[in-house]
Amino acid sequence: MDKIILYCAINKTKMHLTREEEKGLSGEYGEATSTAYRILVAIGEATDAEKLVPIKWAHVSGVNYNTIGDSGLEFLKEISKDGKVKVNTSLNPMGFDRENLPELSPEFIEKQFEIARAYEKIGVIPTFSCIPYEILPIPQEGAQVSFAESSAAVLANSHLNIITNKESALSALASALTGKSPYSDLRIDENRTPMVEVVNEMDLENELDYGLLGYFTGKTIQKSCTGICNISENTDMWNLKSLAAGIGTSGSCGMFQPKKPSKFIEKVNYGKREMNETRDELNTSEDGQLITFGSPQLGIEEMSKIQTLMEGKKFTKPCKIFCPKSVFCKAKQYGIIDSLQRSGVEFVSDACTCLTPLINKKNYDSIITNSVKASYYMKTSNKVSVSLKSLKSIIKGYTV
Amino acid sequence: MRFDLEIKCKKIVGGRAKGKLLLSKKPINFLGMVNTKSGEITSSNNGFEKQNLKGKILVFPNSIGSSVGAYTIYSLKSNNVAPNGIICTNIVDITTASGCAISNIPLAFIDNQSCGDLVNCIKILGNDKESEIILDTEEEKIIID
Repeated sequence: MDKIILYCAINKTKMHLTREEEKGLSGEYGEATSTAYRILVAIGEATDAEKLVPIKWAHVSGVNYNTIGDSGLEFLKEISKDGKVKVNTSLNPMGFDRENLPELSPEFIEKQFEIARAYEKIGVIPTFSCIPYEILPIPQEGAQVSFAESSAAVLANSHLNIITNKESALSALASALTGKSPYSDLRIDENRTPMVEVVNEMDLENELDYGLLGYFTGKTIQKSCTGICNISENTDMWNLKSLAAGIGTSGSCGMFQPKKPSKFIEKVNYGKREMNETRDELNTSEDGQLITFGSPQLGIEEMSKIQTLMEGKKFTKPCKIFCPKSVFCKAKQYGIIDSLQRSGVEFVSDACTCLTPLINKKNYDSIITNSVKASYYMKTSNKVSVSLKSLKSIIKGYTV
Repeated sequence: MRFDLEIKCKKIVGGRAKGKLLLSKKPINFLGMVNTKSGEITSSNNGFEKQNLKGKILVFPNSIGSSVGAYTIYSLKSNNVAPNGIICTNIVDITTASGCAISNIPLAFIDNQSCGDLVNCIKILGNDKESEIILDTEEEKIIID
């Protein structure tokens, strides 16, 4: 019988594994480690990585039962039979506050706790936070980490001087279990220089403006790293978090670099028309029944800012603030929690506006928030409309 | 005259699988478009509604949407309705790569040119609905016999 062979013009270089890594892959260190190496090898081959490199810190997503479902839970239970994390590993938010159980079905709550227990069993720190950089110490400049939370990954690369690709739930988990990550994309120095830039022509007055610019940037720029011209490097953390969350939400870009315009690279302008189009896409309601702050979750600075702006006034609509438990405890010591509770704020720890089952079409038609990330996920996943306003305009419009 | 056709591919997840070809020209969102209990593609805009992934060699550009889609692939496998093998033709996205890795589904990458060759050869060989192909990612080849 004749044979015809057709060759494919693709890079078929194999990723190099050390002997120890080969042993891990072959199952010598247990099934969970073997599965983790299979994930890393598959992603390494898919991204043409030449090797695995050690990481200092993993941040894992895929915690909400309403997103990972029964199949995710089954997988995590398998992994937790013999898996143990090799590096400090923090965990993204789950669906609700562990200490203030919502009116969800007992089955839902139990499955959410099963997921949390599986992660804790393998040694993950139960931070339930999407702002791990405000909870745990940040490694030294240039350290490789593995962040699955997109907003944290963008902020890590762009502002915290640590290095990560925009990881997925499984790639970050595999990195946690092995302490390794494929050496590809943004982990390689030469890929961290922008070859394209967004030229901002707008006055960015508040965190919402930064979020809109971020969302536009993520949606428009297809490369992993982009420059952004005419933004201040010294803007406050809320603005930077909004910018990073916007970029992380709408595309695959994993890093921005504030810079001056350069003559020699491709440019995309961000002017009034682009800002209005972005706002029109995300602002799907004139008004809302609930005010939410926190996607990403709020840190102590932002809570303090709200307290200052409130000056003892009261919200005229229900208001939820999403924050990590540790930030809540610290804010309690400073008197911020009591003060904001008197203003009508309800605090939800361990969860985030984005993807929480606490806000859905059954209980809310629309909400008011200053977060473009919350707006995107509320619209696409929770089917709730969003009125996008800045913090100052929310406080101006909805307090007495 | 009988002949074997062999198309070279890049191994992403190792293994050997046999099945009928299921070709999608558009990307698939595993989280939203696939029924994990039946293996059916439930979207109507994909050109193969009412098709079932079970036992097939799925050839498609790449997956789109949430990376949680990796767990959908795992769920298909747990429910015995997963494709026997998968071939990406545009990019191997992280969702498909990690989903196949945790589910032990052989996964390969070929470029668009090779994908065209594969489809044309199956057409030339006759009944393209019935032709089976072998995906052997360990040997980095796809065999049509």
